[in-house]
Amino acid sequence: MIRNFIQQLRKTAHLARLNLTEEEEELYSKQLEEILNYFQKLQELDTSNVEPMAHVLPLNNVWREDEIKESMEKELILKNAPEIENNCFKVPKIVKNI
Amino acid sequence: MYLPVIGLEVHAQLLTKSKMFCSCSTDHENAPPNTLVCPICMGMPGVLPVPNKKAIELLIKTALALNCEISPFSKFDRKNYFYPDLPKGYQISQYDLPLARGGYVEFEVDSEIKRVRLKRIHLEEDTGKLLHVGEGDRLAEAEYSLVDLNRCGIPLMEIVTEPDIHSPKEARLFLQELRKILRYLEVSSGDMEKGSLRCDANVSVMTEKGILGIRTEIKNVNSFYSLEKALEYEIERQINLLKEGKEVIQETRHWDEKKQITVTLRGKEEAEDYRYFPEPDIPPIIISKEILEEIKKTIPPLPLQRKLLLQNTLFLSPIESEIITSEKELCEFFDECLKLYNNPKNLSNWITVELMSYLNDQKLNFRDLNIEPKRFVKIIEMVDKNEITRPVGKEILRKYLDTKEDPEKIVEKEGLKTVSDLDFLKEIVKRVIDGNERAVLDYLKGKKNVINFLVGQVMKETKGRASLDLVKNLLEEELNKR
Repeated sequence: MIRNFIQQLRKTAHLARLNLTEEEEELYSKQLEEILNYFQKLQELDTSNVEPMAHVLPLNNVWREDEIKESMEKELILKNAPEIENNCFKVPKIVKNI
Repeated sequence: MYLPVIGLEVHAQLLTKSKMFCSCSTDHENAPPNTLVCPICMGMPGVLPVPNKKAIELLIKTALALNCEISPFSKFDRKNYFYPDLPKGYQISQYDLPLARGGYVEFEVDSEIKRVRLKRIHLEEDTGKLLHVGEGDRLAEAEYSLVDLNRCGIPLMEIVTEPDIHSPKEARLFLQELRKILRYLEVSSGDMEKGSLRCDANVSVMTEKGILGIRTEIKNVNSFYSLEKALEYEIERQINLLKEGKEVIQETRHWDEKKQITVTLRGKEEAEDYRYFPEPDIPPIIISKEILEEIKKTIPPLPLQRKLLLQNTLFLSPIESEIITSEKELCEFFDECLKLYNNPKNLSNWITVELMSYLNDQKLNFRDLNIEPKRFVKIIEMVDKNEITRPVGKEILRKYLDTKEDPEKIVEKEGLKTVSDLDFLKEIVKRVIDGNERAVLDYLKGKKNVINFLVGQVMKETKGRASLDLVKNLLEEELNKR
């Protein structure tokens, strides 16, 4: 069970692009397992006649008219960039060479 | 024998002024990088995306025109993945409750109507643009990439077909028809070159025994032509693998425009897992019958309908009808002219021959022209009434389109009225005959075709202002005296 769970944890960590040390893997898998087991209790409820809930608030059609408002200043936006070139965010190589 | 089985996923940018979930402008082509962004489309924490009503309406308009069923209850979901063109780390899209399902597109393949069914149409947001910098401009060769987020968050409609397409040519014709429909509906510019319309293709081959093959997905197809080419290549590749007893691997392949092949893009080491879940920031969308009725009223007749109408009620040829209905604006122009001039055949001829050759020469689109039906019809009527000759009419059309000057005034100002003064014409005929002894001798020896050369000479002298038949008659009359 634990072994299996570590596999799942690693997959989830990878999907979230997180690098976990062995100690972290152990700690988080324990914690996450407890949480998930707790949620497991919900499975005992019979929900076959309950419609899936799409949203917690009793609202719908919260939309806006198609109108343009001013965007943010470029300088402010680019303040978040570790590296900039030609007013663009510069990012490292995306795909490794084959 | 193998039967190709093809399904398409078409992405079309919707023609809204502002983005899908924020009020930034969608005019990304004319803006410097990263100037049309805000905390919402940048995916900063604590912001609230609010759907653009117009985008939802445009999608519903499309779905109704394509005979889809509109979901009375629909919601948005988050599709989670990491890529530098997606700053939020997820794309707001629709998963299990898309706005529309079912429906179909009809189009012509070799004069027969073919129907391709649709699976669904859903609404999502576009990603940013990446510029790959390095030796080649390809992703795998890049040293690094530059991210421009202006396009990020532009409303995108995804149309997914059933695997009903069975040849590369059918796939191209389907996409061309769909583009035309989107343009008629004025929901998308459908410009593939600019990326407003994009297409991915799922393709496999079925054996004779009806066993479905393993499919691959082709991406990076940027024109109708490359869609056809990429599918041809990929189908042949799959058939060759099967013939050699090998297996087709389920994977995403990129169309390499330069090498004209599809290539695998390794690096995606495992099957994709998008972990969709309902978008907690956006309450569901409920579409009422009233909204549907309102939108239904805005749907014009579709291009294929228009084309068949021209063929069957006005008896235009399939090619003429195709040209006239190729753009909605042109089709409407034809209608307007027809109200003023009740000779569809002749009108169609002037449009598909003279007007089209002007557009081709000037490399213009009809919608750039600003041509007035009244003026256009006037030129045709002047020719019909023999007030001007056809070559002169053609010339006046061009002058009118260049200068927008009143055609009647051009005729008057430049003295282009047909010359009906017989004595004047006879004199020119005599002069031409005297001046072309050799041609005349040839004619008299029996080379009757030479007369066309002489006619040409007379027309030149009159600047095209004489009736061809009349000139020919006068020439024959004069030649027979010799």
